Amino acid sequence: MAQTVPVERKWWSGGKSPFNLEYGKLMMWYFLMSDAFTFGAFLISYGTIRFSSNNWPNPNEVFQAFPFFEGVSLPLAFVSLMTFILIMSSVTMVLAVHEGHLMNKRGVVKWLAWTIVGGIAFLGCQAWEWTHLYHHGAWWGLNPFPNADGSVSTTNFSNFFFTITGFHGFHVFSGVIINIIMLIMAWNGDFDRRGHYLMIEKAGLYWHFVDLVWVFVFLCFYLI
Amino acid sequence: MEQHHHISPEISVTAHHDPSTKRIWKTFWLLLFITLIELFLGLSMYWFPHMADWLHIAVKGIIIILSLAKAFYIVSIFMHLGDEIRNMIMTIVVPLMLFVWFIGAFLWDGHSWKELRNDYDPYKKEEPTRKAEPKHEDAQKPGHLK
Repeated sequence: MAQTVPVERKWWSGGKSPFNLEYGKLMMWYFLMSDAFTFGAFLISYGTIRFSSNNWPNPNEVFQAFPFFEGVSLPLAFVSLMTFILIMSSVTMVLAVHEGHLMNKRGVVKWLAWTIVGGIAFLGCQAWEWTHLYHHGAWWGLNPFPNADGSVSTTNFSNFFFTITGFHGFHVFSGVIINIIMLIMAWNGDFDRRGHYLMIEKAGLYWHFVDLVWVFVFLCFYLI
Repeated sequence: MEQHHHISPEISVTAHHDPSTKRIWKTFWLLLFITLIELFLGLSMYWFPHMADWLHIAVKGIIIILSLAKAFYIVSIFMHLGDEIRNMIMTIVVPLMLFVWFIGAFLWDGHSWKELRNDYDPYKKEEPTRKAEPKHEDAQKPGHLK
């Protein structure tokens, strides 16, 4: 829920907050909107190239490995785990924001810590997946996977996969860094002194956005 | 929402915070449930490779709609956009409407490019007939990392 702006702020220097919202939080929303266009541009260019190709590799064939299950075909299992981890860390983040509303420092610290654990777990999974694909000969400019109909594929598949999941992974990484900074500040009682936990809300918006983008990366690369 | 008179002259309305986390967990289970359905549909295309074309497109269409539903729940509940003032929501949502045109126009263009090349580029036309060699273990390793 929208947390009201604290008393002592200068209201955008214009005397009023038109949306009953803190300036920084509104700007975070606009930043995320612009970031949505960046990711959108990446995914739409991927879609354009895919629509211009006669055939495309089958994600169920490409993504079927799972750590410690060498040689076992488990299509989409690992990416499902990654999706679950990210949804779960989104929940712990929203719980941290919730505790922030209630001015409960202990709760904020606890749930933020879990969110960071989830973020690091996701990054670890992605590192494993990239390494696995690399060892199977996939990288920027190299695509060992044939098309779904068995014909020779282009390198478009790998190029888009590594660029877009890499860009998303970079967002996860920066989200983890932001959350660690928030954890230290909350731990130090900075937000208690300020009298509000608005910074946690803003970090939370960024973190949920990362989860939101993953919904579409998961959709475009793994499901369809 | 309750009226609050003494916080600041700028703020006329303060949000009332629900101390329960029921709504958050409900959303979590919903997201998980939708993801499992998506996964099942995605795998169904693998289990039944000889699915009719119209069914294939229908399954993909359902997965896309389910993903949009997930996006709606994340933005509206987890990011609390649904609790903001309506005009603020509109400043976010209205610009994103451009995506409707972006997606339509670019995918249309990609498709048209494929058709044109298949018609006029003999190399592209015979592309589906060039079969990949069977996979073997010592596949080409990428990179020159020396």
